[in-house]
Amino acid sequence: MRLAIDHATTYHFAGPIRRGLQRLRLTPLASRGQSVIAWDIECDGAAFECGYDDEYANRVTLVSLTPGTREVTIRAHGLVETRDEAGVVGRHSGYLPLWHFTRDTPLTVRGERIAALVAGLDIGASGDQLATLHALTERVRAAVVYTLGASDVATTAEAALLAGRGVCQDQAHVFIAAARALGIPARYVSGYLLIDGRAEQEAGHGWAEGFVDGLGWIGFDVANAICPDDRYVRVAAGRDYRDAAPVKGLTSTVTPAEGAEPQSDALSIALSVQAVATA
Amino acid sequence: MTTPCYDEMREPDGTVRPAYDGYRQWLEAQPPGLLKRKGVEAEAFFRRTGITFNVYGAADAEERLIPFDPVPRIITASQWRKLSRGIDQRVRALNAFLHDLYHRQEIVRAGRLPERLLQGNAAYLPQMAGFTPPGGVYTHIVGIDLVRTGEDDFMVLEDNARTPSGVSYMLENRETMMAMFPELFTRVRVREVSDYPRRLARSLAACAPAAFAGDKPTVAVLTPGIYNSAYFEHAFLADQMGAELVEGSDLKVEGGRVAMRTTRGWQPVDVIYRRVDDEYLDPLSFNPDSVLGVAGIMDVYRAGGITIANAPGTGISDDKAIYSFMPEIVEFYTGEKPILPNVPTWRCSEPDALAYVLDNLAELVVKEVHGSGGYGMLIGPTSSKKEIATFAAKLRARPDNYIAQPTLSLSTVPIFTKAGLAPRHVDLRPFVLVSPHGIDITPGGLTRVALKKGSLVVNSSQGGGTKDSWVLDD
Repeated sequence: MRLAIDHATTYHFAGPIRRGLQRLRLTPLASRGQSVIAWDIECDGAAFECGYDDEYANRVTLVSLTPGTREVTIRAHGLVETRDEAGVVGRHSGYLPLWHFTRDTPLTVRGERIAALVAGLDIGASGDQLATLHALTERVRAAVVYTLGASDVATTAEAALLAGRGVCQDQAHVFIAAARALGIPARYVSGYLLIDGRAEQEAGHGWAEGFVDGLGWIGFDVANAICPDDRYVRVAAGRDYRDAAPVKGLTSTVTPAEGAEPQSDALSIALSVQAVATA
Repeated sequence: MTTPCYDEMREPDGTVRPAYDGYRQWLEAQPPGLLKRKGVEAEAFFRRTGITFNVYGAADAEERLIPFDPVPRIITASQWRKLSRGIDQRVRALNAFLHDLYHRQEIVRAGRLPERLLQGNAAYLPQMAGFTPPGGVYTHIVGIDLVRTGEDDFMVLEDNARTPSGVSYMLENRETMMAMFPELFTRVRVREVSDYPRRLARSLAACAPAAFAGDKPTVAVLTPGIYNSAYFEHAFLADQMGAELVEGSDLKVEGGRVAMRTTRGWQPVDVIYRRVDDEYLDPLSFNPDSVLGVAGIMDVYRAGGITIANAPGTGISDDKAIYSFMPEIVEFYTGEKPILPNVPTWRCSEPDALAYVLDNLAELVVKEVHGSGGYGMLIGPTSSKKEIATFAAKLRARPDNYIAQPTLSLSTVPIFTKAGLAPRHVDLRPFVLVSPHGIDITPGGLTRVALKKGSLVVNSSQGGGTKDSWVLDD
């Protein structure tokens, strides 16, 4: 399937920017399930600094915010040809060993709630990691009900389990922490999803991947209870959301106007994902 | 301690060894009281130049002078040649090892290094995976701490690949000696160390990144600032190299490079000799609250816009559990037998070793694997029963956090005391520069000396002093 994606993020700052940087992971790369036909990132109120591949082989673009501006727009858009591989991403590549994906991160620390969630899900019994991860998907889906606005980007897996509600990112973090508790390497993926009848979306998508011996990395989208197919575009991966975040900003040093009430920064996203006819 | 130690100046029968012959002849010709008078001069000299050292943990953290002893520590040309070969081999292995750890980890795949030493090790930086620093150099500056137990018996006590400090003392000690005893250096031919800053500048410049364009790479020294215990050294080295001394606030990412504030506006930096720890280097990659580093420097680094010396993530090779595998590491990457042995080391993570260590704590030195500077260690022979019992409990609770070594009878070199020359235990930290052009070992290094009679702790943070270290010219 050929997907046209247009993803614009606009930051409205409370005051003129003194200095700021944004690290973008907004470039999909070719993989088993996708080929990139065209892709571009455009900035308004920010300038390209450098680009490189990070430790997870994600394409990273660093941009600096233009001093004095109050509004910055980052627009990533292009065409990606996708294939349904039934969630199979394939063999482990890159230089970080698999054990790296079995270790806790701040967002996926394993506590007693993760332990309770995986109780009885012993891969030793059946020896079937794939079946275990499918069963885990169901458990996570039931334990963290998809709810908008109940969590934020700093919500941990344990906190999401406690709340019992969250978005795709929270469900992915719970899945990742639980898979690791079972001894299965797991990672976070950020990307895009074609949703039938809803070209305009509020945010990008996030899901998890688990490593199954013999098959390699397999995607699990808890929010939609499926393994990613040709409606999914993989953009970046890492141990948790922070490694794969589409935008990581820092030091947007704002100088509030003299005597003005402090205002908070605001962010708006315009995202469209559509299937287009191949030429 | 009654174990006989190797006296570097005298044979057991009192005869002066060949290394010290020239020095002895000179000393015997001097008027009595000379060294005492010179000792006072040296202290005044140091106070004037301002070499001081903060002792961590001291309540007021006041600046303290590191005592300097005016009797040189002397190594013959042939001893140095052998040592140099061993150091060269070890440093080559360290760089190959670091490259491997951040790439395919062949040494782990080959079963020669346990994976668990990397798992959960905070000094292993995933951010370096798959990246090769400019010129393939990880450890631009290395300090190899050596101890000696016999005529030809030098052993490596630890590797300092993260941020070896102390080179300013090596330089100042020599300058002090030459100022105090100018005629001595006409009598004994000693290899020069004063060109170290020039060699450091040249070595760093040879590691310029892909983005460098121009005649001469720009080198800057990044310091955490005046409150850092080694600020003097940072300022001193920058000054001696003719490089800018900068703090994080003087740097920013601009035009895909790291630029520094100068009187001519923002200028790109090619090589940054940073004395800021990995954790504080880039708030976008590491500690987000750090104001000591530069936001985005890791991005520019991976994109080929700057050289960071030493490379982030080199601290993994300073880990003492990793150290215990250095003989295997040297052999794995060089295909040669190690020229310089390690000090025998028990890994407390291994049950048999732990049992032995617990049974023999009173004779052993136990160190934390991630520790440095003599902190958090137990020196069995000088510890009370209560101290040993307390330490044993810590050891049982987290055995993999410790290694143990025998209490070595470190060699001695005389120091000047009120009662004349008296032997004291020493170690040696040679400084090694690495660039794509090769490995450059400064002849000598920093000799640290335990000033207290019988003491084996040479750390300046624990009451040690320093000496000028001589390598004789053939």
